[in-house]
Amino acid sequence: MSLKNSERPDGLRRVAITGAGTINALGHDVPTTLAAFREGRCGIGPLEFRDVDRLSIQIGAQVHPWRAEDYFNRQQILLYDKFTQFALLAAKQAVAQSGLDFQGALGLRSGVVLGTAGGGLNTWDENYRTVYEEGKNRVHPFVVPKLMNNAAASHVSMEFGLRGPAFTVATACASSNHAMGLAFQMVRSGAAQVMLTGGSEAMLCFGGVKAWEGLRVMSKDACRPFSANRNGMVQGEGAGVFVFEDFDNARARGADILAEVVGFAMSSDAQDIVMPSAQGAERAITAALQDGGLNPEDVGYINAHGTGTAANDKTECAAVAHAFGHHADRLMISSTKAMHGHIIGGTGAVELLACIMALRDGVIAPTIGYQEPDPECALDVVPNEARQARVDAVLSNAFAFGGLNAVIALRRA
Amino acid sequence: MTDQIRNRITAIIAEQAMLEPDQISDDSTPQDLGIDSLGLVESIFALEEEFDISIPFNANEPDKSDFDISTMGTIIAAVERLVAQKAA
Repeated sequence: MSLKNSERPDGLRRVAITGAGTINALGHDVPTTLAAFREGRCGIGPLEFRDVDRLSIQIGAQVHPWRAEDYFNRQQILLYDKFTQFALLAAKQAVAQSGLDFQGALGLRSGVVLGTAGGGLNTWDENYRTVYEEGKNRVHPFVVPKLMNNAAASHVSMEFGLRGPAFTVATACASSNHAMGLAFQMVRSGAAQVMLTGGSEAMLCFGGVKAWEGLRVMSKDACRPFSANRNGMVQGEGAGVFVFEDFDNARARGADILAEVVGFAMSSDAQDIVMPSAQGAERAITAALQDGGLNPEDVGYINAHGTGTAANDKTECAAVAHAFGHHADRLMISSTKAMHGHIIGGTGAVELLACIMALRDGVIAPTIGYQEPDPECALDVVPNEARQARVDAVLSNAFAFGGLNAVIALRRA
Repeated sequence: MTDQIRNRITAIIAEQAMLEPDQISDDSTPQDLGIDSLGLVESIFALEEEFDISIPFNANEPDKSDFDISTMGTIIAAVERLVAQKAA
């Protein structure tokens, strides 16, 4: 663990996480969210927004209470869609924890890569309503800079003066895992010294949920991952942002290292636009272990994609069982989506908090809402109650519509 | 009226399955007709639009839905029931 970069035969740098921030249905910061994970608290409830009565799906994990005015001034609110607001709040928390100051040379060697699937979906929704339903012929001049998918990444770069690589990744439900994986690769290769990374999503509006209803994969009552009586996903909203930093620099400046990012892999099923493939998922899991120099036995916990749909959960369990062999029966795997909902393009980022909690605090977040064992999900899914356990390495899975898989490996610092 | 409903449903499913209506019988299952999960969801949407009804179907638990999609016969019966409820 004390290997220095200069001693690494491959010349790659090690990558530390030195800051974390979030806002989601469980809380407006990391400590509140981790407390909810420990308690197994559910953030899902009745949706509250305009025209919700016209939806057949009326539950979700909304950020409550949410008053943008508590955090932003009038001019900022005019420019920031909710997904940007969430990303900025999470980024501020992460940077504050890291203690970094990007003024001067460090800003030139630092960047930001964020995931989102829908971008400024609330802005699209509100303005389509204005022109189509209300028949107005004029919209606010900031609609485009507000709704664009890179708005959050751009505003984060402006907020902190991050003048290196900055962009947005959109791979549906795997967006933030892809984003964090790329950030990891950039710090590891030396392309950047510090990367802010994670993801953000704010899709809980009439048009956002109406679109999802059509696929008939949403639950009307609860998210119950891995449970035999699961009946679909429940959508959430929020953001998670982290500071990924050159490990040796972090240690040299005395930063508190939350965890080490050691591996990342991505794969494509190249098969079906919505149905997942166990082989595609397994390839990403196995490659992430290899990239991180981990043996299957090293992994004590996996934060599952675990959407609570019939298809994902059984496919994911088959992939894990195959990738880990006998060790699959000894590791723990939980889905925190039953607590914070499926945050789509931001979900992997919020879920990385559960991975850090497992490594740092020795607490495994539970899969709440678990009621009936499913023989097709016969793994230790940490049902309903958090568990104390010391784990040395963890994985975080994300498997998106479109067959795009992204798996990250972390190790205790 | 019932025959007419049956013919309209069959036409919708035939189009989805890329078959002729006379190739579809009451015993045909969606699987027999080569309709996959997306095709099924699309067919249900088309039936809702055609008859202006709401079909209670969750792809996660097709067996538990009030709308029985196991064969063409059960689909036709279920749509007829929903159309009758709407008229009532």
